[in-house]
Amino acid sequence: MALEFHSVTKRFTDNSGTSLTAVQDVSFDVQEGEFVSVVGPSGCGKSTILSMTAGLYQPSEGKVLVSGEPVEGPNSHVGFMLQKDLLLPWRNIVTNIEFGLEARGMGRADRRERAMAELRHCQLDGFENHYPHQLSGGMRQRAALARTLAIDPEIILLDEPFSALDAQTKLLLQNSFAGTIAETGKTTLLITHDLGEAVLMSDRILVLSERPGSIVAEIKVDLPHRDQPLKRRVMPEVGEYAAQLFKHLKLEEKAA
Amino acid sequence: MARYKTTLASATLLVLVLAAWEYLPTALEVPKFIIPTLSDCLVELQRMWAYEQLLGHTLSTALFTVLGFAIGSLMGAVIGYLLGMSAFWEKVLSPYILALQIAPKVAFAPLFIMWFGYNSMPKLLVTVLIVFFPVLVNVLQAMRTVDRDLINLARAYNLSRLGIFFKVEMPSTLPNLMAGLRIASTLAVIGVTVGELVGGNTGLGFLISYGGGQANAAMVFDAIVLLTVIGFVLYSALVRIEDRVLHYLPKAEQ
Ligand SMILES: Nc1ncnc2c1ncn2[C@@H]1O[C@H](COP(=O)(O)OP(=O)(O)OP(=O)(O)O)[C@@H](O)[C@H]1O
Ligand SMILES: [Mg+2]
Repeated sequence: MALEFHSVTKRFTDNSGTSLTAVQDVSFDVQEGEFVSVVGPSGCGKSTILSMTAGLYQPSEGKVLVSGEPVEGPNSHVGFMLQKDLLLPWRNIVTNIEFGLEARGMGRADRRERAMAELRHCQLDGFENHYPHQLSGGMRQRAALARTLAIDPEIILLDEPFSALDAQTKLLLQNSFAGTIAETGKTTLLITHDLGEAVLMSDRILVLSERPGSIVAEIKVDLPHRDQPLKRRVMPEVGEYAAQLFKHLKLEEKAA
Repeated sequence: MARYKTTLASATLLVLVLAAWEYLPTALEVPKFIIPTLSDCLVELQRMWAYEQLLGHTLSTALFTVLGFAIGSLMGAVIGYLLGMSAFWEKVLSPYILALQIAPKVAFAPLFIMWFGYNSMPKLLVTVLIVFFPVLVNVLQAMRTVDRDLINLARAYNLSRLGIFFKVEMPSTLPNLMAGLRIASTLAVIGVTVGELVGGNTGLGFLISYGGGQANAAMVFDAIVLLTVIGFVLYSALVRIEDRVLHYLPKAEQ
């Protein structure tokens, strides 16, 4: 199993001592090579789940395992990507992609070779010497993906990586991410607000309740073309899946 | 085109001001010991060059400006980074830093003279002290606001504490450090001048107090202009360095 959550609860205590439960008793697992999305209302603890997987926080209760090992701190088994690209503005694209390799005692030439390979993988050929501010938002996210892939993590965590992009760029980028991820066979956990995106890109979708977040539904997406969301998009079943998610999130009741 | 226009306007303004300076005092019958004209000042400049060792005084002031600036900003940056890495010490020291930052640094000059005598030490210390704070405060402020997510990313990539500092924190704070240095460069001239005014017999500050004592307004004017030139050269050098170091920042279209 690539990723396991065993009855994980996370509480935050603020300065005045009041505690807030962000996620409550969450259990799920992700198979190797699987693409799982997590959807849920804002503030329900989606990013918290990601941070615990990345080892940025420890769960208050329960266990998080990556490849069977408990997560004890930030580590290179998981690569994460946020809505912000987190590229270093003072480095050009290729050295940004090398960033994750630098603490590994890898030779300079090997690093460069690895980074250039990922750069091509993410369709950024010819931009290696550009600086982040010279790239479009979509290209910057691709560079961030290349940096994440360069460290060859066991799991890729994506926290709304497309939400800052315009509709067209988003579709193209979802397609290129899906292709690249399918090609590398990486296990992926995608956090998103966008129900359509979840259906287009995943093998499975976890639906979280309002805070404190707990899993209210698990939907298996039985559709082909996981590596090409643009192809999935035109399938009539996509609407049905989205409607199911809609129901689980009780959006209609909330609107009433 | 727009750039050419502003340069032209600036140059025209300069000529107008110089002309006003040359002719207005005479026209308004302001005496020479109150406002000397441009030509009075130029004549005086020549005299100072010949009889007052103007070159030596100017070089001395320039040297101490640069020296005080270098020492003060180095200390400010180092201590700023050290405090920025330790939340504990920052909290412990911040009230004292604030107090010292508010205290008028130039007022320490007479004290330093009492402690160290009439040599170069007091003016150097005043300059170091006055330069120190803006650099320290800018660095500290920037260290507090480094993107947490970037640091987490670096942690996830197994960078050591020192690695995080040199690869993330230090470069992130560079724009603020440079801004602090620019402010500090203008203050350095003030520090040296006050030090020289209060005690000593070298430097442009000394020439100001000497000229003032003799009611030689032209001499004071000349010294002020030269001090401004020193400050301007230092500032311009920093702007150039900044442009080079921060080349990766997107520039607004001119
Ligand atoms: N470091 C923290 N300290 C205290 N509270 C936190 C912290 N991180 C998150 N929280 C709280 O935990 C809850 C869940 O936050 P989280 O960021 O996981 O939500 P989310 O589902 O990602 O929301 P969104 O969809 O808006 O990104 C929120 O109420 C938030 O205020
Ligand atoms: Mg979030």
